[in-house]
Amino acid sequence: MFGLKSDWSLNANDRYFTLDDYARSLPRWCTGCGDLGILAAIHRVCRENQILPENMVSVSGIGCSSRLPHYMNGYGFHGLHGRALPVACGVKSRRPDLDIWVATGDGDCFSIGAAHWVHALRYNMDITVLVFDNGIYGLTKKQTSPTTPEEYLTNTHPTGALLPPLNPLTVSLGVSNISFVAQMVDWNPPLLYETIKAAHDHKGTSFVRIIQRCPVYMESLNLEMMDDPTNLLLLHHENGIPVPEGVDRLFENQLEHDPSNLPAALGIAADRSKMPVGLLYRNDEALCYDELSSVGLDMSYEEKLAGVNTALDKFSV
Amino acid sequence: MNDQLISVQEVSSAAEDLQARDAAEPIPEHIVEIVSDSGEGAQKCGQTFGIVSARMGNGVWTVEIIPAEIQPPARTPDGASGIRIRVGEDLMTNMGNEANLVVAFNEQVLRSRLASHAYKAGTIVLLDNMWASDSSEDIRTQYSEALNEFAEFGLEVYELPIQTECLKVVPDPRKGKNMFVLGMLSHIYSRDKEQALNEIANIFSRKSEKVISTNHDLFRAGYLFAQQNVPYHYEIAPSKLADKPMVVMSGNQAVGLGVMASGMEMVSMYPITPATSASHYLADDFHLTGGFVHQAEDEIAAIGFAIGASYAGKTACTITSGPGIALKTEMISLASMAEIPLVIVDVQRGGPSTGLPTKVEQGDLLTTMFGAPGDSPKVIIAAATISECFHFVTLARRLAESFRIPVIVLTDANLATGVQPFERPDVTIDWFAAPVDQSDWDENVPAYDWDEETGLSARAIPGMRNGGYVLTGLAHNRKGKIAYDTTSNQEGSDMRSLKMATLAGTLNRPEVHGEAEGDLLIVGWGSTLGTIEEAVDVARENGHKVSSIHLRFLSPLEPGLRDIFSKFKKVMTIEINYSDAANAPRITEENRRYAQLALLLRAHTLVDVDCWSVVSGHPLQPGNISRVIMDRVAEIEGDKKCLD
Repeated sequence: MFGLKSDWSLNANDRYFTLDDYARSLPRWCTGCGDLGILAAIHRVCRENQILPENMVSVSGIGCSSRLPHYMNGYGFHGLHGRALPVACGVKSRRPDLDIWVATGDGDCFSIGAAHWVHALRYNMDITVLVFDNGIYGLTKKQTSPTTPEEYLTNTHPTGALLPPLNPLTVSLGVSNISFVAQMVDWNPPLLYETIKAAHDHKGTSFVRIIQRCPVYMESLNLEMMDDPTNLLLLHHENGIPVPEGVDRLFENQLEHDPSNLPAALGIAADRSKMPVGLLYRNDEALCYDELSSVGLDMSYEEKLAGVNTALDKFSV
Repeated sequence: MNDQLISVQEVSSAAEDLQARDAAEPIPEHIVEIVSDSGEGAQKCGQTFGIVSARMGNGVWTVEIIPAEIQPPARTPDGASGIRIRVGEDLMTNMGNEANLVVAFNEQVLRSRLASHAYKAGTIVLLDNMWASDSSEDIRTQYSEALNEFAEFGLEVYELPIQTECLKVVPDPRKGKNMFVLGMLSHIYSRDKEQALNEIANIFSRKSEKVISTNHDLFRAGYLFAQQNVPYHYEIAPSKLADKPMVVMSGNQAVGLGVMASGMEMVSMYPITPATSASHYLADDFHLTGGFVHQAEDEIAAIGFAIGASYAGKTACTITSGPGIALKTEMISLASMAEIPLVIVDVQRGGPSTGLPTKVEQGDLLTTMFGAPGDSPKVIIAAATISECFHFVTLARRLAESFRIPVIVLTDANLATGVQPFERPDVTIDWFAAPVDQSDWDENVPAYDWDEETGLSARAIPGMRNGGYVLTGLAHNRKGKIAYDTTSNQEGSDMRSLKMATLAGTLNRPEVHGEAEGDLLIVGWGSTLGTIEEAVDVARENGHKVSSIHLRFLSPLEPGLRDIFSKFKKVMTIEINYSDAANAPRITEENRRYAQLALLLRAHTLVDVDCWSVVSGHPLQPGNISRVIMDRVAEIEGDKKCLD
């Protein structure tokens, strides 16, 4: 009953997965919610890579975006508010064979889970982290989040958010051992797909901040950006996110940015006048903690027994 | 090179050894203390003394005396650091009462121990006399005043030139005096010299040959010094138990070895006193069984990481103490709700809040049992001995997986740092966790296929084809789907609770220590086992009808308690946590706050269970308990007389 199936190698080739094979129940996000487009892009990436559904684990915290595992096939872990990353890293630590997706939001990741965000980036385990950043608490109905723009009216700050918003890109880029930082908007499906695909293909923790529309509580902010693409700055480079033909014409502001250039990435991230979209930074050489934490997985039971006895010998009387 | 050194010395001192042994006075047991300023190595000295004694077949129990600060001011009572070693012919189960012999590096630390009632009139004190001739007049005065105090109390003080003697071997005796003292004690108690020299070589195995030989020289100097200058020389015969293979270790090392022997591959922790040394041990040896210690960014991440590994089929362990449990509470509740196997070791320390980090308390029973939103059933077992620290971790892993539930193993600061020999466990491959099941899941079986009779269900593990489900901490139905309807949460709660009854049905009644009926029944749990039983034995020898039981399973509780209680006139718990004394001002029968196990037992059995408990931070001693027993027995016997 235990162990790998004898035909495991044949199995993968015999099966072909369609988009439906990656979907679970019908999403219950609001009409017009940006999460729907993100979900579609993830499904496409899964199909493109023909990921075995049973090897996928989608981990989330609490919030609108954290409902994502319920709409993904395979295994899901819809855990505690702010704590998706430690769980995801724990799964990966002793099961490097699994394909881990993390769905989190601006409140979940940048507020209650901020400590885990910083440290998970430093661990750089091979997982894909998508932050659905709508700049507001949606599920609990319009409270200020760390990325709510200054002076935006919320139920907790009815006269306007008191502080300037946190900049998730500069924080992420400031973490040592960071290996992948991208930013994208939910309303550009081809670029979103390419971004998520690049993130998933990257070995290490790929951190993608997705600017996401909340048509119910945060309509004004993103409408402005959608209506006026001059607010955006497209980053392109041969080592960056591939920009599908024609898509580049949507962007009046473009910049060729080498994603291996960390100081330049920090400069772009810190400039609040334009919202950069594309790959800010990538380092394929960064240390992956899962390679350390999965040590000893191949050890046989006989070797383990010998190990226990060696350990006991040291305490022998 | 090492061996050579030892053997040369052996030849030269063999004759002396023989002569010395002839004069040794046989004793059944002794309580020895070594006290010093922090950083002078008293604990290393005492641990080595304990290990050598255990290797010689003696029963041993050690308790560390730890100041809360890393570098407290020198020569102050608050800074007292050291160790107590109770060594005897039989298995030692507790720290005992007052010490028989003490080696003190200065008189101030001795004063602190005296104030803690660690000594009695007649306790032998071997005191370094370097302070008598100190350049500071203040210190000289303090020294002579303290000596007067000791004489008045009746301590038998021997002032010895320990510092002066060490200076003959090393330029700075602050590092090394402990090995000189080990040598002294080794002669006084006729310890096996070769064992001691080997153990010293082990301690310094990461240091240079020079360090080892210097420490060997100090040991030999101390041994010879005691032989020529100390008028005490004892012999403690080996225990009858010693013909079985034994191991000797601390409770935290036993927890670490338990993790390895259970086949767990992951310990995820955050540093917290007094739990961390379990992870220190694993950091050294876990690789022998292919395991990994993850030091997380905080307590919540530590348990989250362990839960992730467990969810993915690799049951993991997190090791913490009370404040860590407080932070992990939401995660523990998630593991209970979503039925994720998990092992949580709580090495309890003094509370509340940050409390007494290095001191002992049994204060986390109720918080582990009830500290969670809603009903979050989990298994709680408490280790009573160092052997149980090992075995309960392996038991916890099996229970966690069989019952798909978090299991909390309670130990405490007393067990964590105490060293005791126990029978070497005969580990076999079937102790280890089964390999991760990756066979196909029957797609007709839901994610929570609760068995109506037991509440148990099989678990799909990522990688199993057709087994995909979304685990959630939200109310969910059998299919694992979020369910806000009127019946699902009730059903889920019923099923999770049913598992506790199923487990309870497999447990044995606790064994009564002493007669099965009598006047007074003491109920204990955790590290107080040996202390309570020793006090009960004393009471029984004096003709009192006193018995005790010691609970290991606290959630679910062991069966038959009400029946056992009914055979005694009075039932009380003895615990190391807070309770109101029954006769304290303003305290009435109505408002009295009971010790933690007493509160549970009262609710569980409807018996009027009394309690006695303290939060001094010190381990209980048989003498404390004897006094409590005699008070209660006097009440009961007084009542009897009235009735007559």
